[in-house]
Amino acid sequence: MMAIELVHEKSSQRNLSNAGSLEKKGKREHVRSILFLLPSWILLLLFFFAPILLTILFSFTNMSLTGSAARDMDFVGFKNFVTMFSDPSFRISVLNTMVFLIFSAILGQQVLGFTLASLMRERSRSFRRIIGTVVMAGWVTPEVVVAFVWFAFFSDQGTANVVLESVGLKPVAWLYQFPMVSVVIANIWHGTAFSMLVYQAALDDVPKEVEEAAKIDGATGWQRLWHVTLPIIRGSISTNMVLITLQTLGLFTLIYALTGGGPGTETETLPIFMYNQAFINYQLGYGTAISLVLLVIGMIASLTYIRLLKLKT
Amino acid sequence: MVMKKAMLVFVSLLLAVLQAACSYEASKPADSSTIKVAYRYSGPNTGTEKWLKKVKQTFEERHPGKKVEIIPIQASEGTFFAKLALMMKSADTAPDVVAEDTFMINADAAAGYIEPLTERVKGWDDWDNFNDRVKKGVTTQDGSIYGVPFSTDTRGIWYNKNIFKKAGLPVPWQPENWNDILTAARTIKEKVPGVTPFWSFTGRATGEATAMQTFEMLLYGTDDPLYDEKRDKWVVKSPGILHALRFIDHIYSNGLGPPLSQVLNGTAGNTLAEQSMPEEKVAMALHGSFLSGSWVEGGPAPWPEGTKVYGFAPMPTERGQDPGKISLSGGWALSISAKSKHKDLAWEFIKLATNKENNKYYVLNEGDLTPRDDVAEDPEYQNAPGRNFQQSTEFLEFTDFRPGNEDYPAVSTKIQIAVESVATGKASPEQAMEQYAQSVEALVGPENVMKKE
Repeated sequence: MMAIELVHEKSSQRNLSNAGSLEKKGKREHVRSILFLLPSWILLLLFFFAPILLTILFSFTNMSLTGSAARDMDFVGFKNFVTMFSDPSFRISVLNTMVFLIFSAILGQQVLGFTLASLMRERSRSFRRIIGTVVMAGWVTPEVVVAFVWFAFFSDQGTANVVLESVGLKPVAWLYQFPMVSVVIANIWHGTAFSMLVYQAALDDVPKEVEEAAKIDGATGWQRLWHVTLPIIRGSISTNMVLITLQTLGLFTLIYALTGGGPGTETETLPIFMYNQAFINYQLGYGTAISLVLLVIGMIASLTYIRLLKLKT
Repeated sequence: MVMKKAMLVFVSLLLAVLQAACSYEASKPADSSTIKVAYRYSGPNTGTEKWLKKVKQTFEERHPGKKVEIIPIQASEGTFFAKLALMMKSADTAPDVVAEDTFMINADAAAGYIEPLTERVKGWDDWDNFNDRVKKGVTTQDGSIYGVPFSTDTRGIWYNKNIFKKAGLPVPWQPENWNDILTAARTIKEKVPGVTPFWSFTGRATGEATAMQTFEMLLYGTDDPLYDEKRDKWVVKSPGILHALRFIDHIYSNGLGPPLSQVLNGTAGNTLAEQSMPEEKVAMALHGSFLSGSWVEGGPAPWPEGTKVYGFAPMPTERGQDPGKISLSGGWALSISAKSKHKDLAWEFIKLATNKENNKYYVLNEGDLTPRDDVAEDPEYQNAPGRNFQQSTEFLEFTDFRPGNEDYPAVSTKIQIAVESVATGKASPEQAMEQYAQSVEALVGPENVMKKE
């Protein structure tokens, strides 16, 4: 009895000491990993979390670029948000942002990018290269240059009107009569290459066997696309949706350079509304509050995509 | 252990670098011999540029060892003030002398960006030579002076005498009310095709010019004010506002205005003065007295006979009611940045830049009116070729100023939106006024607005 107990005790002691040394080792590893992560954490805190915290803080103040509020800013509670939600131009710019997002990114870039990618599948290398380069030209062009290109295209004596006139139609003041259509087209031209690249990579990963099996089973082209290809690249679709949504929500330069948000408030999306409030109307606190709303919209949209595309499994 | 030490060294190095980066600006030795002068760069060869260069030269000769650095700020009218405010916020970037549009003076003084000059002008004999009405523009509500004006202006209608004669309209022309303007515009549209009957700033891109030179030139001729000085409230709804917006609507919905693609962008003013008017493609332009400054020899679009081809008529009130004609004045002033480290030197620069000789040089090159009575009486100024200084100065008798309220610059942007949405047909005058009322109320607070039926 005794002996057995002793042995038992011994073994458990050994176990204990074993566990102790393991723990020690783990702790050391832990400390080391913290040390390794420290620089990136400091940078993140300094340049990422601090600005976000400041943004939240400033959105509750009346901080201003000029006037007495520029000298001493005060906390004004939820005043900026109350103002925002009762401001008709805020509602207009949310609506504009949604229209711009849906037509230029979700429908335009995404559908066109996918179509291009699937049409280019299994084409000859040189064909892919030429088309790829043409589409990529829009993507590599800086936004301001894109704006100039389209400004020239849509201007009174621009290409669009020359073409219209050559077939006997009346010229159109594109940027004033159809401003939203114009910026949507410009953004599709600029951004489609990104979606195309994502889908090219995704489609290359779709196993041929699965599609061939479906073909043999008598599935039509559309059925194969809907029931076989799309579910397989679902992950890429949601990633692409999130990325282009965030890109488009924050898009400023293109619209600002092309229409300045006008005429009136026709193309005033949230980033431009924010800029106007902060730097043209000098209401920095209000502008900050708008940027928070923009952040929230982006988060909600991203989470929704991820949810929706997961549920389909 | 070695790993840990290496890590420690790395982290502390990183921190040191970060710290150095943060304190780099502050540790730069302040250059005590240079004063910086910031102004808005609006294109090459402007009178402002020539004038500042001339003053810089004289200043450096008179103050050996001191240097003047001229900082042109390239920005549209709307963004210039944001850029300037950002510069003046920090002592590291604040210029010493800034050229300010007088409509910003109240706001920037309230923000503490610029230095009160009340004490300094008291001991300055030359100050008596400045026009008393113009001094109003640099004086805040509490009576402090924040700038020395170097220009002023008046506003009215430039009309092309050749086009008017072709259309069978009287020359010289003096409209009695708004209806006379609209009738003339319709006649010109009918009889002289190919020209723009009536031009005025209309876009948000042209900023304050749209608010002041179009909307306020109309509104100040109605029975309703923009700002009720007695009650200290913004009038956000009134028959006057509606009538002013209807006038704009009438111009654009009847094709009496310029093509929107030309007038809605930031360079609309340049296109008008340097292209459309010299080509005689514009019959009437609601604009400032300084317009002819573009046409002087050595200016951006030399056309000395411009002031013979274009007459300058005072803007009538809506129905010709008293006082019959109106004008609005603004102008620019030199101020000292509150964060400046060389305020005394900056003051010396301002005194030199605005003295009789240099102010005359400026107005003769730029086309603005002088704020100085002694320059105004100078025959060289009065008879300057290609100018209409004498006539424009007469407008000073019935001219008005914008509200001296620190919220004015922000309210102005709401006016610009209203004008642009009416001109583009995106909103009816009623809708635009409603939107204006709501957004101004949101901006200044419901206790600071009033409505008139």
